[in-house]
Amino acid sequence: MSAGTVSKKKALNSHTILLIVTIILFVVLYAGGCIAYGSKGFTHLQTFLNILITNAGLICVACGLTCVMLTAGIDISVGGLVAMDCMLLATGMRSGIGAFPMIVIVLVIGLIFGAIQGYLIGYLEIQPFIVTMAGMFFTRGMTAVICTEQVSITQDMNKAFYDIANIKIKLPFGGYVNGKGVYMAPYVRVGVVIALCVLILIFLMLRYTRFGRSLYAVGGNAQSAAMMGLNVKKIKMKTYILSSFLSSIGGICFCLNTMSGSVQQALGLEMDAISSAVIGGTLLTGGVGNVIGSFFGVLINGTISSIVKTNGKLASSWPNILTAALLFLFIVIQSIAASLRTKKAK
Amino acid sequence: MEESVVLTARGISMTFPGVKALEDVDFTLRKGEIHALMGENGAGKSTLIKCLTGINDFEAGEIHIDGIEGPVRNHSTKDAQDVGISTVYQEVNLCPNLSVAENLFIGREPLTKIKTVDRRQYYKRAAMLMDDLGIAVDVSQNLENYSLAVQQMVAIARAVDMECKVLILDEPTSSLDDEEVEKLFGLMRMLKNKGVGIIFVTHFLEQVYAVCDRITVLRNGKLVGEYKVEDLPRLKLVAAMMGKDFDDLAKIKSDTAGKRSDEVIISAQGLSHTGTVKPFDLDVHKGEVVGVGGLLGSGRSELVRTIYGADKANTGTLKVKGQEVKINQPIDAMNKGMGLLPDDRKAEGIIEDMSVKDNIILALQAKNGMFKLLSPAQQNEIADKYIDILSIKTPSRDTLVKQLSGGNQQKVILARWLATDPDFLILDEPTRGIDVGTKTEIQKLVLQLAEEGKSIMFISSEISEMIRTCSRMVIMRDGAKVGEIDEDLTEDHVMKVIAGGKENE
Repeated sequence: MSAGTVSKKKALNSHTILLIVTIILFVVLYAGGCIAYGSKGFTHLQTFLNILITNAGLICVACGLTCVMLTAGIDISVGGLVAMDCMLLATGMRSGIGAFPMIVIVLVIGLIFGAIQGYLIGYLEIQPFIVTMAGMFFTRGMTAVICTEQVSITQDMNKAFYDIANIKIKLPFGGYVNGKGVYMAPYVRVGVVIALCVLILIFLMLRYTRFGRSLYAVGGNAQSAAMMGLNVKKIKMKTYILSSFLSSIGGICFCLNTMSGSVQQALGLEMDAISSAVIGGTLLTGGVGNVIGSFFGVLINGTISSIVKTNGKLASSWPNILTAALLFLFIVIQSIAASLRTKKAK
Repeated sequence: MEESVVLTARGISMTFPGVKALEDVDFTLRKGEIHALMGENGAGKSTLIKCLTGINDFEAGEIHIDGIEGPVRNHSTKDAQDVGISTVYQEVNLCPNLSVAENLFIGREPLTKIKTVDRRQYYKRAAMLMDDLGIAVDVSQNLENYSLAVQQMVAIARAVDMECKVLILDEPTSSLDDEEVEKLFGLMRMLKNKGVGIIFVTHFLEQVYAVCDRITVLRNGKLVGEYKVEDLPRLKLVAAMMGKDFDDLAKIKSDTAGKRSDEVIISAQGLSHTGTVKPFDLDVHKGEVVGVGGLLGSGRSELVRTIYGADKANTGTLKVKGQEVKINQPIDAMNKGMGLLPDDRKAEGIIEDMSVKDNIILALQAKNGMFKLLSPAQQNEIADKYIDILSIKTPSRDTLVKQLSGGNQQKVILARWLATDPDFLILDEPTRGIDVGTKTEIQKLVLQLAEEGKSIMFISSEISEMIRTCSRMVIMRDGAKVGEIDEDLTEDHVMKVIAGGKENE
């Protein structure tokens, strides 16, 4: 008798179903937008690409946060870190430091910042919420210490950075001819390329590396993971380093998009990232989730804002309310799925 | 003979603050044997296991493992695994959200040339491993899709694949049903034939006789002895665990035996709580003291917790004074006139930072509800009354409970339940950890309460104490009620029933 088997087709589990629900929801939402606002150009590929351009930074941040949430942790310092990064880039370049040294500085700060948070959470076993809340206050405070006003990055200040930000990577398809008879090729910005690379790399990491798999193990049951010989403390520390590092990359993408640093920047970005991850099927309790889901979470949030913007009449607070409704829907679905699972286990 | 030994522990000692957990304990495990480690709760089984697996750092003694020069000292589970000691615990220590295959290989996955996880390879290896052990699972499925028994076996498979020489199974069968236990035993026997030494810790006597070759008994942190299974019949095993010399048991007859009113206060029919207590029937009459006997962990506390609703019953019906009642939580039981003095008074009973008075009126206040506050005068009156009745030694009713001795703390909790004027009072180990004088007082009080017409269920680890106070005893074994003794209530009879099996072995 052959006892151990590998089925060719993995039965759909509740997690895959959640991901599918997210994707379907995005498609429905977007199709709805196309039908309602087709005349206002919603059907153009560029509308979709604009969502990516606006949210490139958020995609990077959400990838990092998804990893943290997989270990059943949380990182609410990411928004502050993005703001601090933007401010550093802007003021650094104002004072004449080159674009590339500044980018390196920002990334290194991300690594150090993550290492400190990770050490406190992993090795001293302090609640992640508290540690990263302190991190959030610190980064927000530091942003204001560096400069209280809005600093814009202009062409005179740093030509290299300005040029990178303005690169249009044109796509060979999906264009349209505008009213004046000119062909408009759809384009993306550098930030989008960075974000998609991050997304793919993190997806592969989670699926095909020891570290990636160990995140699921730690989130599934940290004690078991330790019993199975995993170094849980080290894994946790690495995760927070990863999160802060990806947030710094996200900060650079963000800065490329806004071309400025300001105290008010990226306010509530951490919550956007968390809600994207949750809508994408990542459980706050850890062990379940995927960056692809978070990516669609970001897209859903972006689509909602885009629809509201295209409509033009709805108040700008509507995206919040719709996101709230979606979040609510998803947690209800998740908790139903979870209770079904425990019932089945019994 | 000496060659086949795979693990020896000599003179292991270990102290926890205030308690000598292990004292000069020896343990020997041979290749290809299943060795039961027996003892009541607190006997030191878990401590010994933890010393072997590196969770506890023992103070004195040496551990030797076959094939390794010099004494071995583990500092973590990983160290232990490296020298070939793997442990499978009662709670499955795996990740339910990962696939079976990942649970087998996490942390040591086969890698491809570019150092990524070779998914195809590890699914294949996992399937082969499960096939070898005859465990029918689809290794690509998440672990949470399988029953606890399968999860337990996956944990064992992981341990085995790590080339362990010593496999420790710490109460692996506690949450399994009979069929699952049988499957597990099959796996254990197979591993035994492959030469693995297995240490099997369990509360279930039946299981020891079903699979084990040898038994080591611990009591109060000391080694009682190592026996071959055939040399240690049940009765002697129980005697060894409980520390009674079987032949010297004094025969004391209860004073209260034979007194029984016809009025039934509590009547349970087929009551059970999944995983802890199998369905049981029980009647308690007015003015009766019913003892619940059995080894620690046999389901004594769980039996009364189920009646009281601290563990909600899954099946069966409960009648109070002839009326069927539905008890979902303790407050329901309290409203029906029940009271429970829990065995873990530190965790479940006493609130140390509250005064004696507040502790006494707590249950009464809860029973009355939040909105019918007792006036301060009433509170004082009640507190003083019970301090007096139970002669609680306290400087005043406003003294914090943590300043009292253990025995007096116990009396405070007793007072708490007496204040609610229950018809039916459950006392779980009311005399544990208190001095002899107070013990006698509490026993007297129990008898006095019964005289007054209250019904009492009394649990104690000391059989002699129960025989002195109870008119009838219910015996628990492996979570099932296995007997009721009302006539011939003597220690050896009680112990025979506790041990079960063939009495004349």
